[in-house]
Amino acid sequence: MKKDYSILIGGEAGQGSRKAGLIIAKIFNRMGYNVFIHDDYQSLIKGGHSFSQIRASDEECLTHRKKVDFILALDKKTIEKHKAILNKGGIIISGERPYEIVKELNGGRIMGNIAMIAIFSKHIGIDWKILSSILKKEISRDIEKNLEIAKKAYNETKELFKIEKIKNKVSPLVTGNEAIALGAIDAGLDIYSAYPMTPATSILHYLAEKRKTITTQVENEIAVINSIIGSAYAGKRSMTGTSGGGFALMTEAISFASIAEIPILVVNSQRAGPASGVPTYSAQGDLLFSLNSGHGDIVRFVASPGDANEAYYLSGTLLNLAWKYQTPTILLTDKELSESTYKFYPKKIKKEKELLWDNKGEYERYAQTENGISPMAYPGKTIVKATSYEHDRKGYTTEDAETIIAMQDKRLRKFKEMEKALDELETVKVYGNKKSKKAVICWGSTKGAVKEASLKLGLKVIQILFLQPFPIKELKKALKGVDKLVSVECNSTGQLSVLLSQNGIKVDKQILKYDARPLNPEDLELKLKKI
Amino acid sequence: MKIETNYPNTWCPGCGNFAILEAMKKAIQEIGQEKVVLVADIGCNSKIVDYLNVSSLGSLHGRPIPSASGIKIANPELKVVVFTGDGGSLNEGISHLIHAAKKNTDITVIMHNNRLFALTTGQYTASSPKGFKGKSTPDGSIEEPLNTLELMMAAKASFIGRTYSSKIDYTKKMIIEAINHKGFSFIEVLQPCPSFFNTFQFYNEKVYEADANEKLIKEWNYDEKGRIPLGVFHKEERPTYEDEI
Repeated sequence: MKKDYSILIGGEAGQGSRKAGLIIAKIFNRMGYNVFIHDDYQSLIKGGHSFSQIRASDEECLTHRKKVDFILALDKKTIEKHKAILNKGGIIISGERPYEIVKELNGGRIMGNIAMIAIFSKHIGIDWKILSSILKKEISRDIEKNLEIAKKAYNETKELFKIEKIKNKVSPLVTGNEAIALGAIDAGLDIYSAYPMTPATSILHYLAEKRKTITTQVENEIAVINSIIGSAYAGKRSMTGTSGGGFALMTEAISFASIAEIPILVVNSQRAGPASGVPTYSAQGDLLFSLNSGHGDIVRFVASPGDANEAYYLSGTLLNLAWKYQTPTILLTDKELSESTYKFYPKKIKKEKELLWDNKGEYERYAQTENGISPMAYPGKTIVKATSYEHDRKGYTTEDAETIIAMQDKRLRKFKEMEKALDELETVKVYGNKKSKKAVICWGSTKGAVKEASLKLGLKVIQILFLQPFPIKELKKALKGVDKLVSVECNSTGQLSVLLSQNGIKVDKQILKYDARPLNPEDLELKLKKI
Repeated sequence: MKIETNYPNTWCPGCGNFAILEAMKKAIQEIGQEKVVLVADIGCNSKIVDYLNVSSLGSLHGRPIPSASGIKIANPELKVVVFTGDGGSLNEGISHLIHAAKKNTDITVIMHNNRLFALTTGQYTASSPKGFKGKSTPDGSIEEPLNTLELMMAAKASFIGRTYSSKIDYTKKMIIEAINHKGFSFIEVLQPCPSFFNTFQFYNEKVYEADANEKLIKEWNYDEKGRIPLGVFHKEERPTYEDEI
């Protein structure tokens, strides 16, 4: 029998559907399932319609399914909007009874979501012990009243069937943004500075709450990036996160960090649309922009994760790379990965030390070296001159033609080293039928849906993790034996195809989605079948 | 360790910046060369970091204040001094000036006020007098100048001073006082630009070392009228941003 359940819980903003979704996911996690939550909400505080789609499976699950087995409707709109995606034999639990129970027991209206969870849990045969222990962990206020409500709802509900326990490791659940923060912390993050912008804001919230780093919110994105450049110049590992609009404001300083050789990590979590776009929805429209961010002849590391474990790995890796190569690095992600919840079991990241000056002779910040990497020193210990102007070896401004060439050549040698760094990193991943002549290529958060749909059809899947420098060697290996290449992206112009064609790789077919909603494996499977 | 560098100086002959450089050299020698970090804007003023053998970060136009804040957060032991101009901090980066003052970030901002964009060969700034004839305003600027010190008062800067570039010792003393002040310190240095806005005679006649206080900020409104008071107009102790983080 299949062990793959999808549950949709919805209501108005402020009714607690998101929190309820997380609790349901934790129940399944405790039962040994792999879980994934996709959250959909609008750019408003109260009212409107928000929902979470929780999926629990005995197999890897990195995406939601289009169809659901349960609809938990905290309001009527949830039923109207979503009944069409209910699987045959699926169950709708309406909000009427949960809110009656809350009223009978004089609870606050917000507690309706807890009554809903209890009814659902009983339907699927979750033990009261498991349910109550998770509720105790997850609810911070009025726990006694919430438990009283949950108990009544649980006791009066019929058990419809009993979901099986799975012998799987129980791992923590994290959002993509939390994973990004954790990866950076493990790579030695000292300072995170940001200006709030959905969908990157929760990195700031999470780090502020965690209190392991200095966290500041400053006046605008331009101040943010110039401030972290200052902090990194003074020797502290510094990072920021934003979305497209804020990232656009930061680009002059990305160029500054590149010429001044100051290490920073910038997260660009894409939202849909140009300009303000669709703030709380997802897209992959900033690929080429991120690769070309900052004026002048520069190379930066740009990488994009496909799930929370990769988000942790790439965030930490990019912070380490920033310091090893004294360069700006960009973690490119999107709303779907930033705010979705995943099971978390990453490969542990460690802080890697930067190249430091040996304290001999007179310090030259931009000393000429064979590989273009000059040892670092920090102000306060010796004289360190860094600048956004073209400069000589000591960091003095220059307009001299020979010095200009020598410095650009030094940076070009460093860019070559950055390319070589790819050999030591996981830059391209291959999944599925490795003998298949048809391959599907993707980047970023679409990995889950692409993998699931393609594997079902017996296809090969290629996921690119590092987008700059471009991992051409690894990609060519992955493409061996492929005679039909299909790209899948959430943008309308096929930016990955453009990048691939710049690197001499032809995409035969594109599947593009730009309704600001994430891919789902069912629709993608149908599209792939036609190709 | 020498305080000067061998870097060739490219300021115009007679530029007010030479005197500011002299004052700064003397100030740094008293404060301690290794403790100081200079953060520069873009503009004539910002060339000063090439002439001083001190740690420095040459930032982007309008952005030295956030860069300086980042340095101070990373290493509160450092004495962080920003060199900027009226173009950098009253036009391009005015938001940063206001926020750093409001936050009481423990840095010193020295704003060379020559009251125009000089390095781009003479356009009006937010500090230029109304009617200023520059290359972009051949018929005269139509905007009233900003009273910078009034702005700093409103933004809650905890140290506000004004000096005149030709008064080297006076400027040196004010810079030392500002650097030693715990909190955000702002110094406006009135500075003639012999190439595009020669105000030597104007300032020589108008400035006076005042027994300064907040009320005197209004004495001069960046126009032709009256005398121009110099001095520290406001000074208060309050917790710094870095203390509270």
